[in-house]
Amino acid sequence: MASKSHGEANGQDAGGFNVDPMHQFEVHAIYELPPVAGIDVSFTNSSLWMMIAITLASLLFIFSARKPTLVPGRLQSFGELTYEFVANMIRDNAGKEGMKYFPFVFTLFVFVLFCNMLGMIPYSFTVTSHLIVTFALASAVFLLVTGVGFIRHGVGFLKLFVPSGIPVALLPLLVVIELISYLTRPVSLSVRLFANMMAGHTMLKVFGGFAVAFLSAGGVMSAGAIAPVAMMVAFTGLEFLIAFLQAYVFTILTCIYLNDAIHLDH
Amino acid sequence: MEAEAAKYIGAGIACIALAGAGISIGTIFGNYLAGALRNPSAAQSQFPNLLLGFALAEATGLFGLIVALILLFVV
Repeated sequence: MASKSHGEANGQDAGGFNVDPMHQFEVHAIYELPPVAGIDVSFTNSSLWMMIAITLASLLFIFSARKPTLVPGRLQSFGELTYEFVANMIRDNAGKEGMKYFPFVFTLFVFVLFCNMLGMIPYSFTVTSHLIVTFALASAVFLLVTGVGFIRHGVGFLKLFVPSGIPVALLPLLVVIELISYLTRPVSLSVRLFANMMAGHTMLKVFGGFAVAFLSAGGVMSAGAIAPVAMMVAFTGLEFLIAFLQAYVFTILTCIYLNDAIHLDH
Repeated sequence: MEAEAAKYIGAGIACIALAGAGISIGTIFGNYLAGALRNPSAAQSQFPNLLLGFALAEATGLFGLIVALILLFVV
């Protein structure tokens, strides 16, 4: 988000306390690499946490499926529950034919969930709090849905933009509205996830700043730090809920978009 | 008016969007509770929809908050 010098300036402008709530979102290179075709491809903290998320998820699911028993153990239950959760989501929202896209939807859900959850660890980095990451994910969904629609229905997919049972006079207006709402899908899908993750983490840091301000006032005032810390504890609980919920919403909207492309019922 | 002052006022105004999110979240949970008390047996099946509605409504307000944060930290 904000550039480094900018962020520091704001931190000092903020007055009584020197906690910059945006500092946690800074991307910095861990291992510098020479630019490829003018693009900086350095290994950053963002890449590191993405790799941690992928490694952790892969290991968990590999081990959960390694020795399947009739009565599942803890790890196997985790794998089975996650599978059933996503599979039910697809069956309910996109029908049986949607199960073809299960690997994609499952990967998407697990990646977003793990990135969100790992972001809750103090001093870690929330990959999904960067618009470019969520926008790339949403663009992948958008391209898949559009591709599936055109492959399954050919030019007939354009009927998606023409609602049935509408007076002809209203059609031009409605087609434009439908088209715009379809084209803004990747934007709304990505901004929703990004805004939720960033706003939550910023809020925690702002309350942390209040606690620091109380403590630095010293004397009787330090006791006041209990209030913002208590709020932070409550908000951390809420943030865990949000982290799961946003992964869920991201996936369920993917299923709903897939349903549009597969069934074309309007 | 100084540009700096205008920035802070703009950020404050952008946060009004969160009032809409508050109203919508209240509406969603209120209506869910009203429905759940009338027909408790159907309540559990609608819980995913409740969460979906909550997340969708909350995100709309957060768009306003993003405008505020951009004004404060990026512009």
